[in-house]
Amino acid sequence: MNQRLPINSDSKSEHLLHRLYALQQQCLHISPEAIRQVANEFNLPVSQITAVVAFYAFFYQQPCGRYHILFSNCTSCGYLADGENLLLQFSQHLDVAPGKTRLDGLVSLGETSCIGLCDHGAAMLINGLPIIELDANRIEQIAQLIITETPLTNWPTEWFQVNDIVHKQGLMLSENFTVGSSLKRALASSADDLLAIIEESALCGRGGAGFNTAKKWRICQQASGSAHYVVCNADEGEPGTFKDRLLLRSHVEAMFEGMALCAYIIGAEKGFIYLRGEYRYLLPHLQAVLDQYRQLGLLGNHICGDVAFNFDIEIIVGAGAYICGEESALIESLEGKPGIPRVRPPFPVTHGYLGQPTVVNNVETFIAAAQIVLHGSDWFRSVGTEQSTGSKILSVSGDCQLPGIYEYPFGISVQQVLHDCEAKEVQAVQIGGPAGRLIGKEDFNRRISFEDLSTGGSLLIFGKHRDLLTINRNFAHFFAHESCGFCTPCRVGTKLLKNNLDKIADGRGTQQDVVEIKQLSDLIQRHSHCGLGHTAANHMLDSLQHFPQAIEDLTQQVFAPPFALDEAIKDACRITHRDDAVARLK
Amino acid sequence: MTEAKIRIATTSLAGCFGCHMSFLDMDERLVSLLEQVELNRSPLTDIKHCGPCDIGLIEGGVCNEENVHVLCEFRANCKILIAVGACAINGGVPAMRNYFDLQDCLQEVYLNGAGITNPQIPNDIELPLLLDKVYPISEVVQVDYYLPGCPPSADEFLQILEPLLKGQEPVLVKAHLHYD
Amino acid sequence: MDDHTITIDGAEIPFQQGQTIMDAALAAEVYIPHLCHYPGLTPRGNCRLCSVDMGNKSVAACTTAAVAGQQISSDTPALNAARKSITQMLFIEGNHICPSCEKSGNCKLQAMGYYLGMLDEHFPQFYQRREIDASHADILLDRDRCILCDLCVRASREVDGKDVFAIAGRGMDAHLIVNSSTGKLIDSNMAASDLAANICPVGAILIKQEGYQVPIGQRIYDQNMINEVGLQEKAVKKTKQDDD
Repeated sequence: MNQRLPINSDSKSEHLLHRLYALQQQCLHISPEAIRQVANEFNLPVSQITAVVAFYAFFYQQPCGRYHILFSNCTSCGYLADGENLLLQFSQHLDVAPGKTRLDGLVSLGETSCIGLCDHGAAMLINGLPIIELDANRIEQIAQLIITETPLTNWPTEWFQVNDIVHKQGLMLSENFTVGSSLKRALASSADDLLAIIEESALCGRGGAGFNTAKKWRICQQASGSAHYVVCNADEGEPGTFKDRLLLRSHVEAMFEGMALCAYIIGAEKGFIYLRGEYRYLLPHLQAVLDQYRQLGLLGNHICGDVAFNFDIEIIVGAGAYICGEESALIESLEGKPGIPRVRPPFPVTHGYLGQPTVVNNVETFIAAAQIVLHGSDWFRSVGTEQSTGSKILSVSGDCQLPGIYEYPFGISVQQVLHDCEAKEVQAVQIGGPAGRLIGKEDFNRRISFEDLSTGGSLLIFGKHRDLLTINRNFAHFFAHESCGFCTPCRVGTKLLKNNLDKIADGRGTQQDVVEIKQLSDLIQRHSHCGLGHTAANHMLDSLQHFPQAIEDLTQQVFAPPFALDEAIKDACRITHRDDAVARLK
Repeated sequence: MTEAKIRIATTSLAGCFGCHMSFLDMDERLVSLLEQVELNRSPLTDIKHCGPCDIGLIEGGVCNEENVHVLCEFRANCKILIAVGACAINGGVPAMRNYFDLQDCLQEVYLNGAGITNPQIPNDIELPLLLDKVYPISEVVQVDYYLPGCPPSADEFLQILEPLLKGQEPVLVKAHLHYD
Repeated sequence: MDDHTITIDGAEIPFQQGQTIMDAALAAEVYIPHLCHYPGLTPRGNCRLCSVDMGNKSVAACTTAAVAGQQISSDTPALNAARKSITQMLFIEGNHICPSCEKSGNCKLQAMGYYLGMLDEHFPQFYQRREIDASHADILLDRDRCILCDLCVRASREVDGKDVFAIAGRGMDAHLIVNSSTGKLIDSNMAASDLAANICPVGAILIKQEGYQVPIGQRIYDQNMINEVGLQEKAVKKTKQDDD
């Protein structure tokens, strides 16, 4: 173990997640030695570094391959496409088992939660870069390029070409935004006047919870602390969501300005963007615009010549943890820890980053704030409903002709969205991703709004040919994988729920399993520590309520073991070279 | 006219017969119990197969294919099935082999262990094949009642049996509950 | 209504500013089931056994501040059923073979099972394989029995001033780790006299050379129920604040 680790001379100012990412890139894993070295550099306990490495899915303690492939397992951009298992095909082409690195170190293969490419067919990340529109043919071509060790730069560029497909522009997406326009307008007013404009707009957080933005900012402004912070949650991890991909590429100027005007109001000098690791490929663009803003004097010291206003933004890139979309887990991650949600209250708005008052809003909310300051609260209120003002940007995917981005005034019916995206023979729609609600036909007239169907923006469409049990299983696997493991009901409960659904899918479902699933779901929902747990079983409860037949037909037996008896005897048969008993255990 | 006696069957799967010994600790109370019940298959009668019974008492977990067959026979024939003792309920001490792969266990015992002559893993067709793990009986058949303890005391056997003999629901007193 | 009382199961209970529902309840000798809470240590709220109903939601009594006028239900059939399920989850998640464990009779998880009338473990066993650390001369770490309550982590950090433990890994991979260069206890500065070595509610951290001094059958929870014992625990004194 004398391998020299790259020394980072400037580690004090570098974020722990970035330091670990650099090591992961360089050594293809993070070894115990590297962990000890980083602990030294950062003057942190070895156990904290170990815990961080173990927590984030994109850090590996065993070496990855030189080509590291992660297939999305989302219901929209996942590897099960049109009845084919692309992951399995890939695994066979390259003779590498899922979850493993090939012995020669050429390639490693795994799966990961939704990577936000749901409007581009099945997708993967290869060494962090997205490849879209996967099919059997492309999988074979990729395998060939890997076998010949062709550098990624020589691969067909169109494979990596992620276009943002906007099918419907509304209030926000149709506005042309001039760099600096919102910020300059903001700085011409007092903080209180600005807050009043936001307040009049009745803007609420676009993440789904719908907390009044002006109220949040006011509480933060009034909270005492040694510093105030602005955090932009760009960790959109809800499967089926990809609107931030568009916003971060085409509307990031408004986002920066939204953050800056928030900083101006609450008195912050430092802001963070927490970008999900799956979107790392967006980083160069974000950095370029950030640099442009600094050069133009729109970020940094004395913004727009205002000697009293200093504010700058740092981008922190996550490393594969859905839970970090929860604001207090995100802050823990910003602080260089595992993303375990804090006890709330106190809320981040009074006790956030480093215990100081912190506003956390998502990308869409900051953009809306910047636009409101520019165009006025009446402009914003001109669309939407009484309680849900303005518009909502939806990520539409699944069984429809036109997946992509749609912006609608709040209050739009699900039916209208389904019509516009040309979805035919729809069986069910999952609103707000796996943590949201599963609805059937009878609810398609319901409206997307905080008062009816609230959503962070994900809308997954399931046609009549889809097996809903498969969908529920997918979601159950997702939550079991993403549970942070802090509290018992979520840690153990999500795993039990997953096991129960797998049992049914294996043909061993019983009437009692349905009772179990219901009870488990209630327990997880009611007694978990955080929002992930509270919502992790929604899809199951909805499915049992709206689509009971999807599971009832498969659960007619009175009793069945949770494991397959004939499988349980196979080891012994192999070891003793006997095959006499196999048929006897059924 | 004498009432038909309640029929009880008992067996030990992957267990140590400790629960059976504890059952016998009823001592003189066995006499009055046997006035109401007759024993079907049990190590105490040497009847080889379980016939139709009212109550089946199962000690031990499920470690091999024979255990599975015996357990299924009990379940098919007993109106009420009771998991008796720690091993029946969660695998107990025999389940400590679950920390290892079956192959490693067998190799250690029959190939690599100390003082072995003619090392070989037994493969006679008469031997029951081991399962990959030791399982609680509730993972193989439906169980109606649980009597924890390692072993449950004679009093606890009576606590569960007496109400059942009268057709009542047994309730174990919390203060008597123990898993060891 | 008094300015400084909360109501638990109909009984009015006084509290002081800064107390949690759990603090107030314990001070008033009202038992709310708990495993990951110990008086004096910073509450974490991970076991969720102390879930109580407040309005239409459940909260963890150990991390929720007492606020005047709170109407709280704790000893209800529904909550005790949920607590039993949670206890069963902790049993099947680890490898809790009571007959083979030195902690039997002194184990809070077991005692919680007794208190809640748990006769079986209900859920299919996970039979996880976890690493045992017997490297230390005086202390055994058997992760099979760890319930991830985090008490040793906090005791070490807040009272012993050592920071010997942490929990690493996500979801079902969560496991207790030792803060030493090798990850072994022998290379940490832990001592058998540390609170961290003695606070484990289960048999995951055991002091060597003193097993079975009290025979099975005569141990703490062989004599008393956990709701009685739980009210006797004296608060430990922090030497270091959690957020230091």
